[in-house]
Amino acid sequence: MSFFESHWVLTVLLLLPLAGAVACLFAGKDEAKHVALVTSIAAFLLSLPLFWVFREGTPAIQNYVSIPWIGQWGIAYTVGVDGISLLMVLLTTFIMPMAILGSYSYIKRQEPTYYAMLLLLMTAMIGVFIALDMFLFFLFWELMLIPMYFIIGVWGGERRIYAAIKFFLFTAVGSLLMLVAIVTLVYLYYRQYGVVTFAYNDLVELPVTRSAQFWLFSAFALAFAIKVPLFPVHTWLPDAHVEAPTAGSVILAGVLLKMGTYGFLRFAMPFFAYAATSDVVVYTILTLSLIGIVYGAWVAAVQPDAKKLVAYTSVAHLGFVMLGLFALTSESIQGGILQMVNHGISTGALFLLIGMLYERRHTRLIEDFGGIAKVMPFFAFAFVVVALSSIGLPGTNGFVGEFLILIGTFRTHPVAAVIAATGVVFAAAYMLPMVQRVLYGPVEDEENRELTDIGLRERIVLLPALAMIVLIGVYPGPFLEKTSASVDALLQQIEMRASQAPLEPLGTDVRFDHMPILGVDED
Amino acid sequence: MILDFSSSLHIVWALLPEIVVAVTGLVVLMLDVFQRGSRSAPSAPWVGPLAITGLVGAVLANAWLLTLEVPAQNAQIAVDGFRIAMNFIVLGVAIFGLLYSFDWLNREGQFTGEFIFLVLMAVVGMMLLGGTRDLIVLFVAIELMSISVYVLTGYDRRSRRSAEAALKYFLMGAFASGFLLYGIALIFGSVGSTNLSLVTSEIALGTASNNPMLFAGVALLLVGFAFKVSAVPFHMWTPDAYEGAPTPVTGFMAAGVKAAGFAAIVRFITIELAPAAEFWEGIIWWLAMLTMIVPNLAALAQDDVKRMLAYSSIAHAGYLLVGVAADSPLGRSATLFYLAVYAAMTLGSFAIVYLVAGKGDVRSKLSDFRGLGWRRPLLGAAFVVFLLSLAGFPPTGGFIGKLYLLSAAVESGESVLAITLVLTSLISYYYYLRVIWKMYFEEAPESLPTPERPGLAFGFAASIGALALLVAGLFPGHGLRTASRAGEDLVPRAAVVAPGAAPSARPSGQDPAASRASSNVSEPER
Repeated sequence: MSFFESHWVLTVLLLLPLAGAVACLFAGKDEAKHVALVTSIAAFLLSLPLFWVFREGTPAIQNYVSIPWIGQWGIAYTVGVDGISLLMVLLTTFIMPMAILGSYSYIKRQEPTYYAMLLLLMTAMIGVFIALDMFLFFLFWELMLIPMYFIIGVWGGERRIYAAIKFFLFTAVGSLLMLVAIVTLVYLYYRQYGVVTFAYNDLVELPVTRSAQFWLFSAFALAFAIKVPLFPVHTWLPDAHVEAPTAGSVILAGVLLKMGTYGFLRFAMPFFAYAATSDVVVYTILTLSLIGIVYGAWVAAVQPDAKKLVAYTSVAHLGFVMLGLFALTSESIQGGILQMVNHGISTGALFLLIGMLYERRHTRLIEDFGGIAKVMPFFAFAFVVVALSSIGLPGTNGFVGEFLILIGTFRTHPVAAVIAATGVVFAAAYMLPMVQRVLYGPVEDEENRELTDIGLRERIVLLPALAMIVLIGVYPGPFLEKTSASVDALLQQIEMRASQAPLEPLGTDVRFDHMPILGVDED
Repeated sequence: MILDFSSSLHIVWALLPEIVVAVTGLVVLMLDVFQRGSRSAPSAPWVGPLAITGLVGAVLANAWLLTLEVPAQNAQIAVDGFRIAMNFIVLGVAIFGLLYSFDWLNREGQFTGEFIFLVLMAVVGMMLLGGTRDLIVLFVAIELMSISVYVLTGYDRRSRRSAEAALKYFLMGAFASGFLLYGIALIFGSVGSTNLSLVTSEIALGTASNNPMLFAGVALLLVGFAFKVSAVPFHMWTPDAYEGAPTPVTGFMAAGVKAAGFAAIVRFITIELAPAAEFWEGIIWWLAMLTMIVPNLAALAQDDVKRMLAYSSIAHAGYLLVGVAADSPLGRSATLFYLAVYAAMTLGSFAIVYLVAGKGDVRSKLSDFRGLGWRRPLLGAAFVVFLLSLAGFPPTGGFIGKLYLLSAAVESGESVLAITLVLTSLISYYYYLRVIWKMYFEEAPESLPTPERPGLAFGFAASIGALALLVAGLFPGHGLRTASRAGEDLVPRAAVVAPGAAPSARPSGQDPAASRASSNVSEPER
């Protein structure tokens, strides 16, 4: 088995940024950023062959390994990728070099710690997407909070402390309840089979009673909904996005939000299939997603601050993704996954672009700009392409994702699809005026006349994003093929398990009334 | 070696770790008296290493206890995994507590043999508290520990705060001792013995059921213990005493006294008084609830880090009580594991506080921590590890400990306690994170002096402590195994097995006693 077919590629992907983080701490003030950039590019190049080595047409987990870790609790280092996590891992490794290179001139103090935090974050994010052990997953899920807390809190804007703590506490509320649910799941599994395990593949097979499913699903769903963020638990997002430094916003929007939707797909829906497909849950989530789409768009339309505007568009876009997932059709879920990637690329690029403006003018207010296209032509070009992708213009990636979501949703929930389609119109209604007011019109402010167009480094930062926007827009096939088998299998599994969910606990064994005194078993 | 308690020499062997510590304490005191010219002069620097050596010797003696075979557990001291594990924890607290305190003692010019002597005597009390099976020895142990700690609280004799704290602690503590003694008297009155194995069998035989005097006795005993571990509503003394006491002493109190108190609760209440479970189950449940909720809310309002940590230590008593309330081997193991982790993180936190506070312990406000992380990167990093562990955040030992407690609560069907545990932890995130944000997110003003560089002993203790917490968070296997063995291995109430029950009955999870009764325990002598 070659390196790229074994788990080693994933393990090295986890360890490499960690090693890079340590190296950054010891590197000098000026070298740290180069160390970080090289590390992240190496990680990207390492992950890239996965895209071709990955065997399509099978839902099987690939690059799988399970190495015992904490034996007495049935915890193992279990990692692997299927089509869904593959795209998420690639998205992460794709975004990180952009985020790091985009920070080169933005971050001017405590650089070694900053880049170390970014790389630590990278490890945690990759870990979340490849972990197939609930303990390992939770470890990475929580670990990601610490570097982000520091990135927002130390290098953020005016209200950074408020934003950092709000981000941390909001996410923690959900994850702690999820922890209780995980422990309960492990206990239920033990009651059923007499084995203590945290392994995803085991726990997913556990028949949970219908009534218990609702409680446990709620705990998981809250954790993931906050992360997505679903209306009405989205309020941490505008603060965190606006106050974070550019790279922080890029990673937040590009990768972190996807952990929520990924969590629904990977954990909440298959674990509690009956609850996830019940009318109450489906209609609740569809309604909240629609509110998110429309509300996000309306609120975005009135923002004076360009960065905040983009932050609210995330609420709308992730509403689309959630709609796709809970419409429960193959097209809509595939569209949702693709839209996760698209949103990562286009919103990440938007934050980078706004960051470039901010570095030059130290303001993000839309009214302070105007006529920028005349002084910064390349910038204007990139800005327009990215904005159109965010709106979902045909030919860009945004179109493919939203289109698939709408088609799929129309099959099961036509009304929801119609309402969501208005969101596409609203997207034009907030994005285009912003583009117009920033880029076109007369140059009124003298300061704007002095602006220099983006240089070589900034172009290099943006080019990959622009290329991907067009590539996925015109040729989405390879990306969809990666996920189709996994999605079909997932849907089948959900359907089957939903119909098989027991009303009463299946005959539990009195021998398993109490968990073993952990550890003694192992000897 | 096989211990036979009919020989008094064998009782000495069983008490070897305690004896080593006590002898070390006396040697330190005597040598100190003879080598020091005047009462106010500092001691020779070698008393510190001498005490540490003695403690390490006690650790070795304690490890040696593991090799002993004890066919008949009928002495007033138990020789079981639980006691040995508690001894390790308490000795660890003492060693690290001393290593941390040298810098403080030197800085304040109060490096004397008495300090070390008092610490060692308190340690003897703590060790006995975790191991004894007799109510009289229990009382002696708790008083030995308490009185030493009262004096340590008032050790900084130039400080009014210290004196006030000592007086408060002493008055309240004396009250609690009164309750405890009264409880012991009532139990003795209703059962006719202070030997717990006899007490237990009397209760189990049903002669004492529906006995209000016994109920009152158990309740008063529990009040005494609750006071020592500062469980709400018996926690009133804690913030003041912890804040006023010299900071290294506070760490020692928070870690050691609490560990010993929990050892006593686990052994006396949940094991020896298990047949009287109806008397204490509800009380422990409510103590756990209140002790999680109240201090976590109170800590939010503190702007003094030392006082905030005092409230946080009360809150941790609440988490630990969840393990006790689970009343299962899993719960006891979780309590043990959490105690060890808690000791490491709380000792380290208080030590860093005194380092930042500077001479006279004056600067312990939140604002005094501004910029610490950038000025003293290693110290800041260690403090971050301690705080994250206190908050129960992965990948630290605090997280594994809370997960352990959580699974014990879920397993015993205590879902309300489990959810309260995580929600109160969430509240605690805020005040722990606030310290981190002061350390890293805010700039230090010019007027704020940089904390002095810690000495070698301090640096050693802090780095070992922080690393141990990370190891416990990432590779807890060994610790979990030890804790689960020790949590199971408590000298059981020998005669409790119901008369007709077959000794080969399936080991019940709830009742470790029954499972071991057949193996290595015989009837206590009457």
